[in-house]
Amino acid sequence: MAAEDVLTRVKKIVVDRLGVDEADVKTEASFKEDLDADSLDIVELVMELEDEFNLEISDEDAEKIQTVGDVVSYIENHKS
Amino acid sequence: MELTLKGRTYVVMGVANKRSIAWGIAQALDRAGARLIFTYNNERFREPVEKLAATLDGKDSLFYPCDVTIDEEIQATFAKIKEDVGVIHGLAHCIAFAKKEELDGDYMNTTRDGFLLAQNVSAYSLTAVLKEAKGLMTEGGSVVTMTYLGGERVVRNYNVMGVAKASLDASVKYLANDLGKDNIRVNGISAGPIRTLSAKGISDFNGVLKVIEEKAPLRRSISPEDVGNTALFLFSDLSKNITGETLHVDAGFNIISI
Repeated sequence: MAAEDVLTRVKKIVVDRLGVDEADVKTEASFKEDLDADSLDIVELVMELEDEFNLEISDEDAEKIQTVGDVVSYIENHKS
Repeated sequence: MELTLKGRTYVVMGVANKRSIAWGIAQALDRAGARLIFTYNNERFREPVEKLAATLDGKDSLFYPCDVTIDEEIQATFAKIKEDVGVIHGLAHCIAFAKKEELDGDYMNTTRDGFLLAQNVSAYSLTAVLKEAKGLMTEGGSVVTMTYLGGERVVRNYNVMGVAKASLDASVKYLANDLGKDNIRVNGISAGPIRTLSAKGISDFNGVLKVIEEKAPLRRSISPEDVGNTALFLFSDLSKNITGETLHVDAGFNIISI
């Protein structure tokens, strides 16, 4: 699974979940600040990512995720 | 036997997203041909609920905001429902809330505010809602609420919500007695843990899920669809002499001790 792939899949989930334009889902985009996500959106996003990439994101790790780039690197480091 | 609830109308409270137990119940009711009325807590949930409902077979669903902590809003919502559909045949109450930080560590750290908040949203809301919904169930009715084992026994991190569920369980019995004379039944479903948005607020929820899959007699997890099917039974006349009851839909986990 190349980093490119992960980013594409993450983008698709973020667009789908948050109803934002794909163009706005940049690596440095912050979920809360730039993509207007509330705390429930973040939990939904985490659950979608767990399903999509077949992994578990612990509560502690989920709290550290701020940007789209954070998600991609988390998945890169934890994929099974 | 295929259950049919054609010609009947049910209120489903508490759909948040596709993983919601309330959504599993809504889908089961829809399969049985019932008409659905959705209530949502506030504007944030309106669009997600409407989008989900658009996928149902029944295309005549109705939607109303209803914050169950505000009596006037409950009154207004059910007055509107009465105006729009007249009679309802039942209601699914799938609503609970507690502060996330109190679903972790020692129960004893619960604050007075947190305690009252959990009781208000998760337990008293059933009583508050039924006060208004009762008048719409003129042909008899069936009410189903979602409870959890954490109200009967200690489940780690469930804490203040467990105490609220104990209160909800007792409410089911008192309400069943009050409403029995109007041919309205009130029952609870105690589902095993399901990976919902709310459940993710409980510390180490994934760990709890694993225990169930290993220890429950049926050795498997529970889906919203399982709960929906049991709710369908409780809404139907097949359960016409069951009231004040709590059914465990938990792969048998509640019978296990050591």
